[in-house]
Amino acid sequence: MGTYRLPLHNLKRRPFRTAVLIVISALMTASVFGGLIISSSLKNGLDSLEQRLGADIIVVPKDAEAKTDLENLLLQGTPGYFYMDKSVQEKISAVEGIDLTSPQYFLVSANAECCSVKVQIIGFDEDSDFAVKPWLKEVYDGRLGANEIIVGSKISTRVGHTLKLYGVECKAVGKLDATGTGLDTAIYTTNETVRTLIAASQEKGISVLAKQSPENVISSVYIKVRDGYDAGEVAGNINLTVDGVQAVRTRSMITGTADRLSVISGSIGFFSAAVCVLAAVIMTAAFSVLANERRKEFAVLRVIGFSRRKLGEVVLSETVFICLAGAVSGLLLTALTVLPFGTLIEQKTGLPYLSPDMVKLLIYAFLAFGAVMVTGPLASAWSAYRLSRVDTGSILREGT
Amino acid sequence: MILQTNGISKSYSKKKNSRMITVLDSTDIELRAGELTVIVGRSGSGKTTLLNILAGLLRPSEGSVLYDGMDIYGCSDKELSAFRAEHTGYIPQSQSILHDLDVKNNILLPSALIGKDESANARLLMDELGIASLENSYPDELSGGELRRTAVARALINEPSFIFADEPTNDLDVKNSSLVFGLLKKKAEEGAAVIVVTHEQSAAEYADNVYQMESGRLRSL
Repeated sequence: MGTYRLPLHNLKRRPFRTAVLIVISALMTASVFGGLIISSSLKNGLDSLEQRLGADIIVVPKDAEAKTDLENLLLQGTPGYFYMDKSVQEKISAVEGIDLTSPQYFLVSANAECCSVKVQIIGFDEDSDFAVKPWLKEVYDGRLGANEIIVGSKISTRVGHTLKLYGVECKAVGKLDATGTGLDTAIYTTNETVRTLIAASQEKGISVLAKQSPENVISSVYIKVRDGYDAGEVAGNINLTVDGVQAVRTRSMITGTADRLSVISGSIGFFSAAVCVLAAVIMTAAFSVLANERRKEFAVLRVIGFSRRKLGEVVLSETVFICLAGAVSGLLLTALTVLPFGTLIEQKTGLPYLSPDMVKLLIYAFLAFGAVMVTGPLASAWSAYRLSRVDTGSILREGT
Repeated sequence: MILQTNGISKSYSKKKNSRMITVLDSTDIELRAGELTVIVGRSGSGKTTLLNILAGLLRPSEGSVLYDGMDIYGCSDKELSAFRAEHTGYIPQSQSILHDLDVKNNILLPSALIGKDESANARLLMDELGIASLENSYPDELSGGELRRTAVARALINEPSFIFADEPTNDLDVKNSSLVFGLLKKKAEEGAAVIVVTHEQSAAEYADNVYQMESGRLRSL
């Protein structure tokens, strides 16, 4: 047996102690890795959401809030719809400080081949849109023809295939990347196609419009404020001058989400830090207790000819083995528990959730691995130092 | 090959700021290759302290320990550890077998440290000491006498030039005590310098030199 195998022998002969220390290291790795993944996913989700809103102000009917959860509909794509007269757009355009306006049309699918639940259909105006097209362009750079749609990442339809909405065959010409929000289950198309779908719904007797013609209504107006104007003031002016509408600043909607995200990220950071500190304290205490228990063993090794440095190496090697096993287990544990449950975390937190890409995941794994591989040896360093300086002579005179 | 002391003394206080106790007082001794030296004396007379100083385990308060003229306490920890690993074998007074290793690996540990394969020598020693059947047993399965003989085999595995034995026959019956003393005498005859600290008067039968330790001073008998 080479002396390099001594640490492994020591660990093997004390299975309970070894297992407990490996579990502590694994929990530490999992808390750091998991915390980084969740925080980063929530931040990615918010960034993606911010990017996709693309407007400074969104105008909806005054009673929209009563009909549906406005924030969830606009930010999370929760299915819902409401309508107002399309003349509203002209009135809004007349308000000072407005640069661009573009109408959108919301509809909820009755059922579709793609999905077991209702999905949100969002119609936009090809000519005036500035909010949706910039990121739709990433997957489809042409003009959408009649009954052509772009689907969210979670709609189980492939590009080139068709989807039946209210009995109308719609062709998917693009599929968006994941955003981590409910918008991943939305369908984007032109206002004209949405009107066709509404007309089809009326023919099937499941009309969403009571009195108006689909030609005369819109669901919302997306607004870009002219440079130099304050979006809050412009929204206030719209609310004052245009009857029957509610102008909402997109930033105020996102601020609420960002605040919640900040609280959750802070809590996760605190939890991860607390676990790390606790793990370091437990490890230090465990190694310290062991240092006392093993004084005799190390005195014997000194007698045999182990130098202080060599004794330190034995202790540190044991710690490195423990931390290595713990770190690998912790990374696997996190990969098996946190990564597959993104949707559940999104539902529980009510926040957009977008997992980091593989490169970032590897960086986080490396950071978590590094945290344990530094903390463990540091925790045992004092014990290693004490053990390497045992008073060999007096210890050997102690009883068995 | 010679190991000699030059006026070594050792004093210490049992507690911080308490009175200093002198355990060794200007003691001189010479260990020569081929000789077995026995030191007898009452408990607490300083025998073990002297042995630990000679073995490079305890720095003296005054004086020096010379190995072929070189002061071993003038060496770095690495050099002194290498000296212990390569040239000394030490049988401690109390049980000293590592609980995580079986008998064979306990015995082979000093040779593993210096990168030698002494498996054949280990088998020979185990045979001589009557523990060959226990080579795969762990310490918690052994009696006190078997542990003691394992410690003796471990001390001898590297064929050391200097063998330090502190009460090597503790836990041993008369027959095994004779076996151990006989083996130590054989090692001396083969060229090692052996020093045995014991309260057993019968050890003197095997000795080339016998000393009595009294109040930190050695007296030749």
